[in-house]
Amino acid sequence: MTKVWVFAQINAGQVQRVSLELLTKARQLGDVTAVALGPGAGEQAGILAQHGASRVLVHEDQAYADCLSEPAADTLGALIEKEAPDLLLIGSTYDGRDIAARLNARLDCGVITDGAEFALEGGDLKVQVPWYSATTVVTVTLSGPTKLVLVKPKSFAAEPLENAPAPQIEQISLAIADTARRAVVVENVVQKSEGPKLEEAAVIVSGGRGLKQPENFSLLNDLAGQVNGAVGATRAVVDAGWVPYGMQVGQTGKTVKPNVYIACGISGAIQHTVGMKGAKYIVAINTDPDAPIFKFADLGVVGDVLKIVPALTEEIKRRKG
Amino acid sequence: MNIVVCVKQVPEPSGTNRINPTTLRIIREGVDLVLDPADEYSIEAALQIAEANPGTTITLVSMGPDKAQEAIRRGLAMGADKAVLISDPALAGSDALTTAKVLAAAIKRENPDLVLCATESSDAYTGMVPGGIAQHLKLPLLSYAKKLTIVGGKAQIERQTETGFQRVEASLPALVTVTGSINTPRYPALKGIMQAKKKPLDVVNVAALGFSPDQVGEKGAKEKVLGWQPAEQRKAGTVIKDDGTAAAQIADFLAQLKVI
Ligand SMILES: Cc1cc2nc3c(=O)[nH]c(=O)nc-3n(C[C@H](O)[C@H](O)[C@H](O)COP(=O)(O)OP(=O)(O)OC[C@H]3O[C@@H](n4cnc5c(N)ncnc54)[C@H](O)[C@@H]3O)c2cc1C
Ligand SMILES: Nc1ncnc2c1ncn2[C@@H]1O[C@H](COP(=O)(O)O)[C@@H](O)[C@H]1O
Repeated sequence: MTKVWVFAQINAGQVQRVSLELLTKARQLGDVTAVALGPGAGEQAGILAQHGASRVLVHEDQAYADCLSEPAADTLGALIEKEAPDLLLIGSTYDGRDIAARLNARLDCGVITDGAEFALEGGDLKVQVPWYSATTVVTVTLSGPTKLVLVKPKSFAAEPLENAPAPQIEQISLAIADTARRAVVVENVVQKSEGPKLEEAAVIVSGGRGLKQPENFSLLNDLAGQVNGAVGATRAVVDAGWVPYGMQVGQTGKTVKPNVYIACGISGAIQHTVGMKGAKYIVAINTDPDAPIFKFADLGVVGDVLKIVPALTEEIKRRKG
Repeated sequence: MNIVVCVKQVPEPSGTNRINPTTLRIIREGVDLVLDPADEYSIEAALQIAEANPGTTITLVSMGPDKAQEAIRRGLAMGADKAVLISDPALAGSDALTTAKVLAAAIKRENPDLVLCATESSDAYTGMVPGGIAQHLKLPLLSYAKKLTIVGGKAQIERQTETGFQRVEASLPALVTVTGSINTPRYPALKGIMQAKKKPLDVVNVAALGFSPDQVGEKGAKEKVLGWQPAEQRKAGTVIKDDGTAAAQIADFLAQLKVI
């Protein structure tokens, strides 16, 4: 039986959704082991089993929460050296990527970043990877005994099983070396935004440089408020410091799949659109009739966002009565 | 202080990046090649640290073909002191695994207190090279920095997270990856460009770093591209010109989708 491992990322005692998505996918590929590291990891065994893990390896050391990448990479590395699973899936989050990069070097295994679809047949792995901002799809394989694949959040749905058997839970008895506790997290700052989260919102109102000034993002907040939406942004305005990075959509930001994405003053560079073209419907407002975003917007409006967005907010308010 | 900045020459990121259908590699011929804009942020970060810490040496380390010297000269023109280019025909087709190994070997010779990389390159964007270097050199990895301060023998960063940021620190030596929001890179001044021509740029091959040609490049790669196809693209819908009724038309569209 193919041994598929999923790194179950635990954040503040909660397993991250991407890990459940990966478990759902993994259970179609073979026998699934979840590795859950960090304080509160044991309590997550139930939900991990529900999503497909038949075995859960648990280690509740505080170091996994307090120090970046090394404790987790060391533990995963030691476990893989011992058990040689066929495949290790890791969610492509900041922490996941750091850990994968270290494991790649330690295990000398090669790593596929951004796997979108994969098949494992008799030990041969074939992964579809969107390349160059998803204009091309390349098929990639790895030659080592354990194959390491990073997968972006939202690539698969997380679906619990109806009657999942209780998992076999094993406590990991490895000590974390002092030398692995070097990159110390001193403080976690959560920048709360109102309304739904970008990754979960059914409607996203997103802004780019066409908004002209950071203050004008308030126009998007007003519109989002009327449609229970979240506000996103392009990298251009994030780099300019107008809005926090957590709002960035695109290749180096978040991948979103809302029902409707309203792009306001966004040119539609592929590095941006790769993060939003999974939206069911796209509305774009841009003064430039040749803006690339119009090539795939369902409704494109050639016009000034600074006029149209406030008018739209008023129109919706009026219709709501 | 000794700072190493890893820099790379890439096809102009706003151009159309393409795959050669037979070699299955990124086409680097007949396209504009530039210093990766992502690397300008790490060079700028190094320059700012050097300004605050007199006596600092900034060394650029790059792996790439001979013509990558042009990109490196731009980094030297910004103000870095010297550079090492690892160039060898055997390196063609290297994956992130090999790149990290080779860069780590070159960086080690510089005995740095601080290694700076971009979080990901603009052409390959695996983001796997910096963490690999950190692992090989046994360095702590401070990643996704939107702010970096060196104080009392420590590197302190603000690290981007999905929900905000973290303050993270490590004693030097350390490897830090920086994002585009860390600073505004300077343009090389004419004086800098003139000086850059005379700055040391050492070109080495893989043998000088202790590798045999079949450990690197396509031969050493664990990752293999089997094929490619164009991705499905979305189709254009309706485009209207705002005649004062655009807001109402968008509202109609949203109503049709039951958003309002
Ligand atoms: C390696 C790499 C990774 C990247 N990752 C990302 C990423 O994750 N996310 C991302 O977004 N970008 C990313 N980028 C940057 C991307 O290439 C673009 O530069 C960026 O998306 C452009 O942002 P923008 O649309 O806000 O700005 P611009 O391209 O400057 O577009 C502004 C648009 O606003 C329009 N406009 C101006 N005034 C008005 C007005 N009054 N009303 C309406 N429209 C108006 C203009 O016509 C123009 O089309 C990346 C780039 C690279 C090289
Ligand atoms: N060939 C290379 N030469 C020098 N530095 C590199 C090279 N490849 C990657 N890097 C460094 O690693 C970072 C991330 O690259 P990547 O892992 O390819 O996304 C780059 O921004 C560079 O700082």
